[in-house]
Amino acid sequence: MPAELIRILIGLVAVAVSVGLIGLVMVWVERKVAGHVQRRPGPYEVGPYGLLQPLADALKLVGKQLFMPDNADPILFWLAPVLSFLPVLLLFLPLPLGDGLFTLDVNLGLLLILAFSGLAVLSLLLGGWASNNKYGLLGAARAVAQSVAYEIPLLLSVLAVAFVSGSLDLATVVKEQGTWPWNWNIMTQPLAFLIYIVSALGETNRAPFDLPEAESELTAGFHTEYSGMGFGLFFLAEYANMVVVCSVATVLFLGGWHGPVLPGPVWFVLKVSLLMLLLVFFRWTYPRVRFDQLLNINWKWLMPLAVANLMLTAFFVKLAQYAVVKM
Amino acid sequence: MTRYADMDQVAGDFYTNNFAKTAKESSLILNLGPQHPSTHGVLRVIVEMDGEYILRAEPVLGYLHRMHEKMAEVKTAAQFIPNMGRVDYGHALAWNWAFLGAVEKLAGIEVPERAEYVRTITCELNRIASHLLWWGAYLLDLGAFTPIMYAFDDREKVLDILQMPTGSRLTYSYYRIGGVALDLSEDCLRSIREFIPWMRSRLPMYKDLVSDNIILRKRIEGVGVIEPELCRRYGATGPVARGSGINYDVRRAEPYSVYPKVDFIVPTSELKDARGRYDVRMIEIEQSLRIIEQCVEQMPEGDILVKGAPKPSWKAPKGEAYFAVEGGRGKIGVYVASDGGKNIYRTKLRAPGYSNLSLFAEVSSGTILADAVAILGSLDLIIPEIDR
Repeated sequence: MPAELIRILIGLVAVAVSVGLIGLVMVWVERKVAGHVQRRPGPYEVGPYGLLQPLADALKLVGKQLFMPDNADPILFWLAPVLSFLPVLLLFLPLPLGDGLFTLDVNLGLLLILAFSGLAVLSLLLGGWASNNKYGLLGAARAVAQSVAYEIPLLLSVLAVAFVSGSLDLATVVKEQGTWPWNWNIMTQPLAFLIYIVSALGETNRAPFDLPEAESELTAGFHTEYSGMGFGLFFLAEYANMVVVCSVATVLFLGGWHGPVLPGPVWFVLKVSLLMLLLVFFRWTYPRVRFDQLLNINWKWLMPLAVANLMLTAFFVKLAQYAVVKM
Repeated sequence: MTRYADMDQVAGDFYTNNFAKTAKESSLILNLGPQHPSTHGVLRVIVEMDGEYILRAEPVLGYLHRMHEKMAEVKTAAQFIPNMGRVDYGHALAWNWAFLGAVEKLAGIEVPERAEYVRTITCELNRIASHLLWWGAYLLDLGAFTPIMYAFDDREKVLDILQMPTGSRLTYSYYRIGGVALDLSEDCLRSIREFIPWMRSRLPMYKDLVSDNIILRKRIEGVGVIEPELCRRYGATGPVARGSGINYDVRRAEPYSVYPKVDFIVPTSELKDARGRYDVRMIEIEQSLRIIEQCVEQMPEGDILVKGAPKPSWKAPKGEAYFAVEGGRGKIGVYVASDGGKNIYRTKLRAPGYSNLSLFAEVSSGTILADAVAILGSLDLIIPEIDR
């Protein structure tokens, strides 16, 4: 067996385990933060500081009956949650946690992530469609319209960074940046960072852009009919997706593993956690936007801004190259 | 998919099928409720949708019909008071008051002045609780999870105060024929005096954090415009009518109790949309605080129950009477007709929510689903009151 394959296998197992762990931790963090935002303690009964609460929740989810509505399409119905979760695992492979600390050494890492994250919407569509529920269908339709729309500014903002770094390899992008915050890409590409964060909220269906599952309108949107682990996988995939978009943001804009004193992976995890906290705060403080407003934000603001940003970046990159050649 | 291929034809009850008869071929018939997060209880709305757009909507009522009017026929007036606390759990004391006002008018009973003040104070406190409940729940409808926790925190303080004289926290039956059951204690009055400045300090925070939030403003501004003419046609009252610029408040239009003696304004809004109704309710909280403040100052010493107050077996004299009060949702009217027998012969309850909801079908058509939820919430519906 070639060494590369073993490396990928070990990496996949490690990712699968850590995604599960991250899911558990994030459930706890989300509920604890929500609790404190809402002036209540959050979970505190199970274990110290309620730390075992997500474990108890997970056990409950695993133990629940897998229920399928009568008219649902059985194959697609069960395929959807699996399909929402599996591609997310692949997204972790090219992420460099530290110098040389990554599973898959591929010089198109960014492209791989963008390609596989596009798959997520397929599972939402299948889930909503196959459950033969009108709320589910509406949620699925919203998910598709939203994801397709928000993928474009996301891509454009990421491309701007790729232009600056001259590479689609995540490790190279990080190496191009320096130790201190003023050496990070966020200083040269602040607009791209903003666009990225907003579109990432839209991509991951997080509040205030959680329209596919808008509780007060569609009860639970695309996962209305899912219970037990079917719902659990969607739930886990949402958190895993959050981690991925935050990690990519860290790699592209916040200098990846770079940072003074502390070792690289620690800095990486710290930055990702900070971004995750930001997303959690968004969810518990803002009302939900309306669907037409959501698309308007995208097509009228994010898209043109992202295109303008990309063109400006391209112009300056070319100018810099020209200047170098001249000298 | 094949097993129940014929399900589409037989699925749906009478209302859905009847509604679907006139629907277009390509549209989607969706039942919002009776179990749905944003219908606050068991309201059911059938909507015909074209994508996200609502072509037609029809509320279906009766899932929480408890025959209060029928029960009034088999109970004496005094025995019926607890029912009045259960018609509208949001503003129970206003219903207490409307019924007893009608009975007192029928029997010609004069309520002692202190009792009138106690009634006004408790009723206004209850109105604040009702508006806070609406505020939190409305923002929950709009997808903001946190404000309801703050609203309930404040509401809790009101309930704590109301608990002292009334003994209950939600479904009060505190007023009696000819007065109230218990006087406001010194403890209670002190809590009220402490509550007023505290609540006033909270309102600017709510304005900064919630009312001025850009997402919220975009969600409710220009949404669900109700013309004054439409309000009049459907008999809408309360903040819904005032949000459309109709200056009608029973406390001013048909003054009762001590309201003529206190100074307060009736807020109206020319915006006519969900924002207008939102603003009206937020200002009403302030005005209720003002009323309570003045009442606590002016309240005289004296009896809280008229001498020789009616016993439970008391028979109302023959005749008819109508009495209306301003509830949190609008004009609450109670009409009683007695033939001099043991029980009041007929009691008719006019619930403001019923008229306010009737607007919905007309206002919501042509909007998108999220707007319909925003409109439904802005009407401040309490389903038990609508079904009675």
